Amino acid sequence: MGEHTVSSFDEELEHIDRLIRDMGDLSGAMTRASTNALLESDNALAQRVISDDAIMDAKQRELDERAITLIAKRQPMAQDLRSVVGAIRMASDLERIGDLAKNIAKRVGAVGQQGATPRSLAHSIDAMAGLVLHQVNAVVEQYVQRNADALIRLRDDDEKVDIQYTSVFRELLTYMMEDPRNITSCTHLLFCAKNLERIGDHVTNIAENAYYVMTGSQLPVQRPKLDETQMTVDAES
Amino acid sequence: MNMLTDAAVEETLQSGSKPAASKMAGKDVTVHYGEKQALFGVNLEVPERQVMALIGPSGCGKSTFLRCLNRMNDTIDICRVGGSILLDGEDIYDPRIDVVELRARVGMVFQKPNPFPKSIYENVAYGPRIHGLASKKSEFDEVVETSLQKAGLFNEVKDRLQEPGTGLSGGQQQRLCIARAIAVSPEVILMDEPCSALDPIATAKVEELIDELRENYTIVIVTHSMQQAARVSQRTAMFHLGNLVEEGPTDKMFTNPDDKRTQDYITGRFG
Ligand SMILES: Nc1ncnc2c1ncn2[C@@H]1O[C@H](COP(=O)(O)OP(=O)(O)OP(=O)(O)O)[C@@H](O)[C@H]1O
Ligand SMILES: [Mg+2]
Repeated sequence: MGEHTVSSFDEELEHIDRLIRDMGDLSGAMTRASTNALLESDNALAQRVISDDAIMDAKQRELDERAITLIAKRQPMAQDLRSVVGAIRMASDLERIGDLAKNIAKRVGAVGQQGATPRSLAHSIDAMAGLVLHQVNAVVEQYVQRNADALIRLRDDDEKVDIQYTSVFRELLTYMMEDPRNITSCTHLLFCAKNLERIGDHVTNIAENAYYVMTGSQLPVQRPKLDETQMTVDAES
Repeated sequence: MNMLTDAAVEETLQSGSKPAASKMAGKDVTVHYGEKQALFGVNLEVPERQVMALIGPSGCGKSTFLRCLNRMNDTIDICRVGGSILLDGEDIYDPRIDVVELRARVGMVFQKPNPFPKSIYENVAYGPRIHGLASKKSEFDEVVETSLQKAGLFNEVKDRLQEPGTGLSGGQQQRLCIARAIAVSPEVILMDEPCSALDPIATAKVEELIDELRENYTIVIVTHSMQQAARVSQRTAMFHLGNLVEEGPTDKMFTNPDDKRTQDYITGRFG
């Protein structure tokens, strides 16, 4: 896309874009750090995630202010309008990812006190975290690369996260039934897994928004999501 | 997959893009000013009872096209118009057409408010008088009042109808010119940058008026304000270097236009 006749307009748009990328990088780092802290009972790392969340909030506020000022000042049209409105929406999803990572980090202490996480369980949460982290990093990357097609695939890949979540959920139930002393830590882990799953949902939103920013058309509505864990509860209770 | 929802979405997507019955149409319109060609075969349909905005960089031919729609170009000696312009399917350049009558059906409001140097009352009564649309004093009173009402000016001027129209503020003068255009009950109103000399409040009043007029009239408006085009029109046509580049539902034109030139122009990236 060519440059604006008014060059400060380009600078303002670029600044907003840079904030999105910063927030994207930060959300990836927070997701990674919070699960590492959880699996390794690393309280210091967990604290860092919690303080990073304040940075994330500050960046979102800055982005909102800049976007609103730009709209008031420039009255952007067409793809400019889409990218500003899209940025506001993506920033709010990224900020939520930060919150969810912080929630995971906050549980690190609680899980740690209850004794070690079972090995195989740590393994399947780790695998889920890996998937989610890949999604978070990829959505930022594809947004930066302006690769609309990759975003469609990314959105569809969220299903893998859901499947992984279901299997973590089943596994946790098994551990709780095997030994009731596991219940407290497993419950915390369950919340963590749920938070990871929701991070995946925010990635889906970001992919949809980024796609709209780039192409001007909306991705077709996705099939309604079946939460299998709901049925598992029914079946096993 | 929810079929019903998809169908509803599809319908919403489509609804903006279906033009209503066309009130006027330009077919292969070419215009020369002496040797210089200003329009190169423009095909454009103006849908009935909607507002169509003409946009494009200065000198691209918007006013030229607009003036073709009521043969205002006839008044320019060196101007030659080719192709055809249809009003309700009839070619307005047909020699049998009475130009005075045509201009009563297709009225015009100009960029600079140009009231006659007469009273407010006379400014509005003038058209109906020369077209023989009223004869008794009471009929004139009535047409003057309703036209001023429709133009949203009546309350501001009702106590000074005999004062000169030129004594009004710019925004009031523009609404007076709109009242003058409506007084002859036109079917189409052409407006060439009607708000360019007005402050935001006067502009808002004229825009509000355009929105109301749309119920009964077909309106074509030339504007340099993208926001104005986006606010007042249902369809937008983009001109560039004497060609029609793109025409479509306004919502789409300002969020996701097809043509790169439209994109560049409305986002402020031109040349
Ligand atoms: N009366 C005239 N005599 C000679 N050339 C003319 C005349 N009117 C317009 N032109 C030429 O025709 C071309 C189109 O002019 P037109 O006034 O239609 O442009 P426009 O799109 O309305 O521009 P603007 O936004 O500046 O009003 C220009 O190159 C202009 O110089
Ligand atoms: Mg003009």
